[in-house]
Amino acid sequence: MKPGNDEVVRLENVKRHYLVGDETVRALDGVSFTIRRGGYWAIMGPSGSGKSTMLNILGCLDRPSEGAYWLNGENVADMGDDELSDHRLKNLGFVFQSFNLISQLTVCENIEVPMMYLGIPPHERAERAKALAERVGMGHRLRHLPAELSGGQRQRVAIARALANDPAVILADEPTGNLDSATSVQIMQMFEELYGQGKTIILVTHEPDIAEYAKSRIVLKDGRLLSLEESPVQRNVTPEMESGNA
Amino acid sequence: MRSGKIGYLWPFVKLGLTDVWRHKTRSFLTMLGMVFGVGSVVAMLAVGEGASQQSIDSIKKLGSDNIMVLSVKPSSEETGSTGQARGSLAVYGLLYEDADRILETVPGVKSLVKARMTQRVARVGERQLEMRVVETTPEWFGIVNRPLLDGRVLSERDLAYRANVCVLTEHGVRRLLSGREMVGQRIRIASGVFEVIGIVQNESGGTVRAPDSEADGYIPLTTGTKLFGEANIRYSAGGMEGEKVELSEIIVHMKGTEYVEAASRAIESVLKRFHKKPDYKIDVPLALLRETEKNKRTFNIVLGAIAGISLLVGGIGIMNIMLASVTERTKEIGIRRAIGARKSLIVVQFLINTCVLSITGGIVGLALGVAIPLLITLFTAMPTVVQPYSLALAFGISVGIGIVFGLYPAMRAAALDPIEALRHE
Repeated sequence: MKPGNDEVVRLENVKRHYLVGDETVRALDGVSFTIRRGGYWAIMGPSGSGKSTMLNILGCLDRPSEGAYWLNGENVADMGDDELSDHRLKNLGFVFQSFNLISQLTVCENIEVPMMYLGIPPHERAERAKALAERVGMGHRLRHLPAELSGGQRQRVAIARALANDPAVILADEPTGNLDSATSVQIMQMFEELYGQGKTIILVTHEPDIAEYAKSRIVLKDGRLLSLEESPVQRNVTPEMESGNA
Repeated sequence: MRSGKIGYLWPFVKLGLTDVWRHKTRSFLTMLGMVFGVGSVVAMLAVGEGASQQSIDSIKKLGSDNIMVLSVKPSSEETGSTGQARGSLAVYGLLYEDADRILETVPGVKSLVKARMTQRVARVGERQLEMRVVETTPEWFGIVNRPLLDGRVLSERDLAYRANVCVLTEHGVRRLLSGREMVGQRIRIASGVFEVIGIVQNESGGTVRAPDSEADGYIPLTTGTKLFGEANIRYSAGGMEGEKVELSEIIVHMKGTEYVEAASRAIESVLKRFHKKPDYKIDVPLALLRETEKNKRTFNIVLGAIAGISLLVGGIGIMNIMLASVTERTKEIGIRRAIGARKSLIVVQFLINTCVLSITGGIVGLALGVAIPLLITLFTAMPTVVQPYSLALAFGISVGIGIVFGLYPAMRAAALDPIEALRHE
């Protein structure tokens, strides 16, 4: 069944099985849930719970063995590599634990990468990259290389890059895993702001205090949904953001 | 998103350039293969071209629409000699009749020159010079192109009146008559006195046997027959030795090169019928030219293949480095894929990177390939010709090698699983 317009992510009985030797590993074993536009979710669970697999599937880096995954109104479960790439480009923004900035590129160029693949003209790219960098408080470091930045600064740049394609969903994989607690707080505040601006955020973490920031929670265990607690999306969405995601 | 605009590819080109610049030493060493490969292709083709053009030029001077029929002395057993006790007279070679037959039977003949060549001593007062005397007809000067420096060439009148006139080559004149008024001077050739009526330029350069030698004297054929006869007899201790040759050479000038092949076969069959002994030879400059051009092609292919091997080695070097680069940049590939780059874009990125390497190497190689022939010409006086096509060829090959040898590493890069690539440290 096609999901409603405000459902940005919808998983229907998603299974992901690997064959390791003669043994089938059921990394995900029938998970279903729905994430509404503007939600702020944490996906939790101990290691081996299927968290990473879930992240890869949500991030269109992997395909479910069974089941349907509706992303922004389209079932991506059976899509080919190019279509999945296009979905990543248009609908997803990644924030990784290890920042994953391209080390040869400057801050500005890193933020420009998604826009480059989207085919946005150079001058417009540069302008928007500058605006995004300012939005995450990195406007003064545009010409720096990632190696010249602190961890917190790098993660801000990564967030700016994740926002560059104005994605339907921001996927954050342990975004504070490599940061000290003070910086972690700053980064989490930034996600809070994005949530306030109406962004849909999915946080994958095993740290309960980080998961606390999220409004809704999914706990996985052994590839199954252990618990799901959803709080209604606060509708303090700015008009600009709403139109951007529609 | 897949617009082919330059603005869209430029970031990749820039990326390729900065990457090359970042690994200066590595890039330089990688490019050396291309530099020498492209350089040797251009330089070798230039040297080969220079050498073959030199020989082609000298053949062209013989005239590609000419056929030269020469008298050849048959080996001694075959010589029909008027055996005398104290000497022998060899009778062989082309006859006046042969010339007439050729003119009558062979189609496409424009004109025909009969010539008899003998070595005779020319004298002016004290000075003497052994020169080649060419007894011929006025047509000679129409076929064998020699610019006239002074006076006039032989005329039909000279031939008809058996005039004692001669035309000398510049070189002969300088050795015989230096310092004097040249045209109008009288010189003695063997037993006759001749008036110099004209001077023609010498042939310059050339390695192939030409119809003129350095010091030539041209006299009317009829005068030669009257004065010297057709037998050339040398006396030596204990006897005499001589040979009787009516014509030493017939140059058949065809209406165009398209007649040459058929005519040379026709001449061959005409002569075969009337000559029992193989006392003639047919030289076809066109055939010689064709053969030289064929040799030139073979030569160029061999040279090109040798140079091509160095290009290949250069390409393999590039591929090697690019494979290392793919491993080194696995993480970056993972990031780009996660952001949403299609596989094909990763291929494009790496291909552009290799092309930047191979094209830069190619351009430096072109400069080298142009410089080396210039240096060769400068220091060895060997002619070299850098042909524009060889530049385009070498450059095209270097781009092609960039693509061919870049393709495998690029596909390896694109085939990486993004999840694995992201995990790579």
